[in-house]
Amino acid sequence: MADVQTAVTASIIVDAPIERAFAVFTEDIASWWPKEHHMLQGQESHMVLEPKQGGRIYEIGADGSDCKWSHVLVWEPPNRIVFTWELSPQWSLEPDLAKASEVEVRFTAEDAGRTRVDVEHHHLDRHGEGWEGLRDAIGSPGGWPLELGAFAQRVQAEKVS
Amino acid sequence: MLDALGDPTRRAIFEQLGERPSAVVDLADRLPVSRPAVSQHLKVLKQAGLVRDVQVGTRRVYSLDPDGLAGLRDYLERFWRTALHSFKTRVEQENPDREEGESNG
Repeated sequence: MADVQTAVTASIIVDAPIERAFAVFTEDIASWWPKEHHMLQGQESHMVLEPKQGGRIYEIGADGSDCKWSHVLVWEPPNRIVFTWELSPQWSLEPDLAKASEVEVRFTAEDAGRTRVDVEHHHLDRHGEGWEGLRDAIGSPGGWPLELGAFAQRVQAEKVS
Repeated sequence: MLDALGDPTRRAIFEQLGERPSAVVDLADRLPVSRPAVSQHLKVLKQAGLVRDVQVGTRRVYSLDPDGLAGLRDYLERFWRTALHSFKTRVEQENPDREEGESNG
């Protein structure tokens, strides 16, 4: 990971069988997706993942408005899902698919009751041009400031070896 | 270690560089900070991959690093860490209540 910095990875092991892990991750995405990272601001909203290849992931607001921010590219229950990340660095919808990155999530059974989940969010360089927009987000209400402070701390605390 | 954008002065420098590329002296003129302090802050921002510098004649000019995906990477890394912990909490609930939607078979 020293030079290739166009991806981020994250992993976790959960105490749940692989089928349940996959089902909760996908069909129950609304139950765990961090609320502060919803795209529709100022209203209650719900996250939906259509469980099939070509399905959409979207957020739907109480007023009926929606934000379709992803296409499911690979649907291989209970082992793998790949979906697009059609969001700009400002966490707004990125209509240009050429600027969308991709998220691959792999589920591996450690044993009957435990599952390893590996997330690889790659092609981040496609967002490159939007990167400077980061400064516009600084100080915007509901925007990045808290996250920024936190990520900056992590930048320093865990400067990748 | 210090954090890169948690410091208000560094954030101000970062924002100034978003407006236009600048040398240390320019930044020191525009902000209530001494030149050595500006240099120190720039060093931290550079180490964090948020700004870059080029030598232009006798001046070293700093700008936001458009190729520097460090900020975005770290932001998303943190997002996924948070998200996966939230997922773990949810998936490990003994009796998952499905308040809404259908039950699965």
